[in-house]
Amino acid sequence: MTVQAPPPMNAAEIRARMMRGGPGQPGKIEKARNPRRALARLARYLHPYRFPLLVVLGFILASTALGLAGPYLMGQAIDRFIAARRLDGLGTFALWMLIVFVAANLCDLASGWMMARLSQKALQGVRRDLFEHLQTLPMKFFDSHTAGELMSRLTNDIDAINQAVSQNVVSLVASLLSMAGILIAMALMNLWLTLAALAVVPLMLWFAGFVARYTRKGFRELQKRLGELNSVMEESISGQRVVKAFRRSDAALTAFRKSNQEVYRAAVYANSYALLLMPLTNQLGNLFVIAIAGLGGWLALKGLVTVGTIAAFISYGRSFVGPLRQLSNIYNAIQAALAGAERVFDILDTPSEVDEAEASAAPGPVAGHVRFEAVNFAYVEGTPVIKNMTLEARPGETVALVGPTGAGKTTLVNLLMRFYEPQSGCIRLDGVDVRDIPKADLRRRLGIVLQETFLFSASVMDNIRYGRPEASDEEVIAAAQLAEADHFIRQLPQGYQTLLSERAANLSQGQRQLLAIARAVLANPSILILDEATSSVDTRTEARIQQALLRLRKGRTSFVIAHRLSTIRDADKVVVIRNGEIVEQGTYRQLLERRGFFYHLYMSQFKGEAI
Amino acid sequence: MRQVFKLLRFVRPYWEKSALSLILLVIVVALDLAIPRLVQRVIDQGIFAGDSSVVIHTFLWMLGISALDTLFAIGNNNFSVQVGEGVARDLREALFVKIQSLSFGNLDRLQTGQLMVRLSSDSGVVQRLFQISLRIGTRAPLLMIGSLLLMFRTAPHLALTMLPLLLFTAAVIAVFSVKMGPLFLNMQQKLDRLNTVLQENIAGVRVVKAFVRADFEAERFEAANEDFTERNIRVMQFMSVMGPLLTLALNIGIVVVVWAGGRQAIQTGGLSTGQIVAFVNYLQTTIVPLMNLVNLANIWAAAIASAERVNEVLEAEPEVQDAPDAITLPETLQPHITFEKVGFHYNGSTEEAVLRDVTLTAAPGQMVAILGATGAGKSTLVNLLPRFYDVSEGRILLNGVDIRQIRQDSLLAHIAIVPQESVLFSGTVRDNIRYGRPDASDEEVIAAAKAAQAHEFILRLPNGYDTHIEERGVNLSGGQRQRIAIARALLMQPSILILDDSTSSVDVETEANIQAALEAWRKGRTCFVVAQRISTVLKADKIAVIDKGRIVAEGTHRQLLQSSPIYQEIYASQLGNGVEGPP
Repeated sequence: MTVQAPPPMNAAEIRARMMRGGPGQPGKIEKARNPRRALARLARYLHPYRFPLLVVLGFILASTALGLAGPYLMGQAIDRFIAARRLDGLGTFALWMLIVFVAANLCDLASGWMMARLSQKALQGVRRDLFEHLQTLPMKFFDSHTAGELMSRLTNDIDAINQAVSQNVVSLVASLLSMAGILIAMALMNLWLTLAALAVVPLMLWFAGFVARYTRKGFRELQKRLGELNSVMEESISGQRVVKAFRRSDAALTAFRKSNQEVYRAAVYANSYALLLMPLTNQLGNLFVIAIAGLGGWLALKGLVTVGTIAAFISYGRSFVGPLRQLSNIYNAIQAALAGAERVFDILDTPSEVDEAEASAAPGPVAGHVRFEAVNFAYVEGTPVIKNMTLEARPGETVALVGPTGAGKTTLVNLLMRFYEPQSGCIRLDGVDVRDIPKADLRRRLGIVLQETFLFSASVMDNIRYGRPEASDEEVIAAAQLAEADHFIRQLPQGYQTLLSERAANLSQGQRQLLAIARAVLANPSILILDEATSSVDTRTEARIQQALLRLRKGRTSFVIAHRLSTIRDADKVVVIRNGEIVEQGTYRQLLERRGFFYHLYMSQFKGEAI
Repeated sequence: MRQVFKLLRFVRPYWEKSALSLILLVIVVALDLAIPRLVQRVIDQGIFAGDSSVVIHTFLWMLGISALDTLFAIGNNNFSVQVGEGVARDLREALFVKIQSLSFGNLDRLQTGQLMVRLSSDSGVVQRLFQISLRIGTRAPLLMIGSLLLMFRTAPHLALTMLPLLLFTAAVIAVFSVKMGPLFLNMQQKLDRLNTVLQENIAGVRVVKAFVRADFEAERFEAANEDFTERNIRVMQFMSVMGPLLTLALNIGIVVVVWAGGRQAIQTGGLSTGQIVAFVNYLQTTIVPLMNLVNLANIWAAAIASAERVNEVLEAEPEVQDAPDAITLPETLQPHITFEKVGFHYNGSTEEAVLRDVTLTAAPGQMVAILGATGAGKSTLVNLLPRFYDVSEGRILLNGVDIRQIRQDSLLAHIAIVPQESVLFSGTVRDNIRYGRPDASDEEVIAAAKAAQAHEFILRLPNGYDTHIEERGVNLSGGQRQRIAIARALLMQPSILILDDSTSSVDVETEANIQAALEAWRKGRTCFVVAQRISTVLKADKIAVIDKGRIVAEGTHRQLLQSSPIYQEIYASQLGNGVEGPP
């Protein structure tokens, strides 16, 4: 009898349900700290679409109004024709009904169709802004947020916003409009019957609130238990080899079982309450009908209402329950979306990396004279990592940085790259404070091979070319040959065109290091930085790379961080760092002769062995 | 479909609850359908007949039915939840147990991340299918059939005119159900692409910054963003058609009922007003649940995919299994180990063998070092000893017994391994060291930590041995993790110790100290050390140099230095022609 069926799930919602997978559905309900501000900022993304949005609103209004006319027309048809046993005019009347219905459906369709594009385009903008801002953030930001956390923020939060914007806002407007309309229409038709029908509502709301409280509690508990189960599983599975080697499968299983049972208990509890709402709201619909049929029947007997009115009321009643049932879901979804939006905006509000230098017109080659002058640095306030360090590398020199793990070697490189800014002191390149050089220009001159080699899911060719996209295939191959990578690349299924899977799991650590070296080599930097670049490469391959790098280093300032003796031997200067301070420097031979810290550090491995 | 049915065995323990849930559901549907029928009674026999007692009676009846309906529906829900969650729990456990029983060969193929997905989301998807099948999934078709029957009973002619409409509705739903799966899949692929770019830019942020490629990455992201957005718009617009189309069918039905039903009522009087009202009510009950069926189709599609992944794990056969007549090793052991012409290639791999014709012996108290390039087969060689993989050719003897004739559990009791990648578990440092022997005393833990040169840095940690190690030990450096892993192995007091390149992240000085500590410790035990650094192997009783899966030289450091060109080359590359060694 109704014209408005409950809207089928929208795309985003279905996808979310398909993907979410886990046992808990409603999940935890979060609230934004400042919902109004989040809403206002979110609205800004919709601003470019304000005129189409007005059209959408018009369609929603029209579809609601036409929808409300439906049951009224039906009631009229029953009273004026069927109950009155009058045939002529029924056909025309039915035709009018049909037109109203079709128009309502068309308006409905139009609003959905337009909203799909508007909402998605707006979200595309949110994603774009977020990504572009993310790229400007300083390294500190990435240190304090795990990749998983950021990914979840960028995907789940945006998905929550997506659901709210694309469907829930429309539903909310449509629901409120039609509820208001229904109330007015009913009250106009018969006040007493309206009151009788509405008497059911507070009872139901109270009950729903009661259920919701337990549901929320249940799901909060479930969420917690699921988290525990996940970490139990994650550990036993990623550490399965160790579990097996140490014969701890039974212990792992016991821990898993316990956690699994807790999840079961929490899930049964939460879902039992959550699912209570379904039969209850179903019954609300039935109660509506019953109340109207009962009171309406009694009133009809007294001649106070017509059968048509009763029929229309029953229909209205059902349409009233639908939106009412949805309101709490919509409310929660919008809350979640605002909380998500707020987190997204938090990222957007994080200040970008400072880069105050003016971009120079044409960055020419540099000589490569690097000076650290009384540099102090701490990642965390109070625990200095670099203490008052002064260090010089003259053009073309190779400086080896050695020292125990955690001495601060990699930090020096990070400072030179301006991933971080020193607290005091300065770093000069060819006499210019690096803070006066635009970061892009500075970094373009520094070729770096990092300790943790990161490769992209692209072809081997594109990965090597990463630092110099315009390089020809021949140049790429030459760089690979220099890095001793050519041989193994050719053995890959598609050679240089082989696609590397995510995080290059199909290459060994050593092979990844070779690719990273080739990448740095191709970038043809003025200054070369090798941070443990060959730690996972076997020594014989390393020796060959060393030969190649020796050629490459000619005329370039190079910083080399290494534990291996062979890597250090050829350096012009060896700088020994311990606890953020330089304890010794000189050539390899000088340091050996001095028999200081370096001597002990590196000769201890041959203790007692006469060679 | 078949994949899902295979999982039905997990429902079997809950068949009583399932049956009860279904019976309750049938009652609920019957009661739901009774309401319109009773409304018809109020109108026809109450209002039009002017009988107030019928109105009051029917009203009370309806209230009673509604109350019962609620109770039964709650019962149905609770049972279905218990079945669904029970199945999910059992499925998770079955998967977990299975994964624990798999050997390394299996695990290489099923990756960790994937296994996690199978355990958490796939079991959830299957759970939801079972749970929903016991509720709305069955309720919708039941309601449909019930109301169709009642429509025919109320007014057969009118019901017949509804058939084309129902066919239209069914067609719409079928088209949407079929088309939606691929559409979503496609959208998901675009989303994955978008996420990959994002993920890479977070994980590889240093590289992007270092090579000044932010603009390029932004373009790459925007291309994926645009692609995903357009796809998403198309899917959502497609979806936005379905609701209005179905509602339209329902509305046309109502108009037809009013018009055709009205004519019949007026002309022949064969139809009462109450019947027309009831008819419209039934029509509504038929079509609205149909819309839910579309969602059900999605849940099925997802469940089939999940069931397939779940079954793949459940049906995997562990590659390494105990022989039926496998023996148990004695408590104490003086291990003599012999590799006899051992060959190995990864199962299912067509590539050339990883190890070929390897023959090597190790006596009690000996330290055998295995030296070679990355990918030479060093780790594979030591992984064969605990039967993480079984040999493809030849055999490995432990005190004369082929290790394939020894129960793996018993074999593992005598072996402690320090893997290349030191995996730690969340818990305290103490718990981690004690991992292989939970009953070890604090003194033993400290002794092991001292030998592994871990004691000092552990004491410097915020809470010493009680410091909590975060997931996978992210709050420790690589070298610290390795030393804890070494302590963990030493505490086991194994007869056989395997160090698989396990001091690579430790600085040379510390490594030398660890070796000195091992000197005393390894009396009567057999020790295998995999290494790339010569410094690691200097003191070995025997060094086997592996190249491309074969042992190319064997002997002590001195012997090899004189006889093996490969060894000399490695030595030279690490020490610089040997001339610059200490005096």
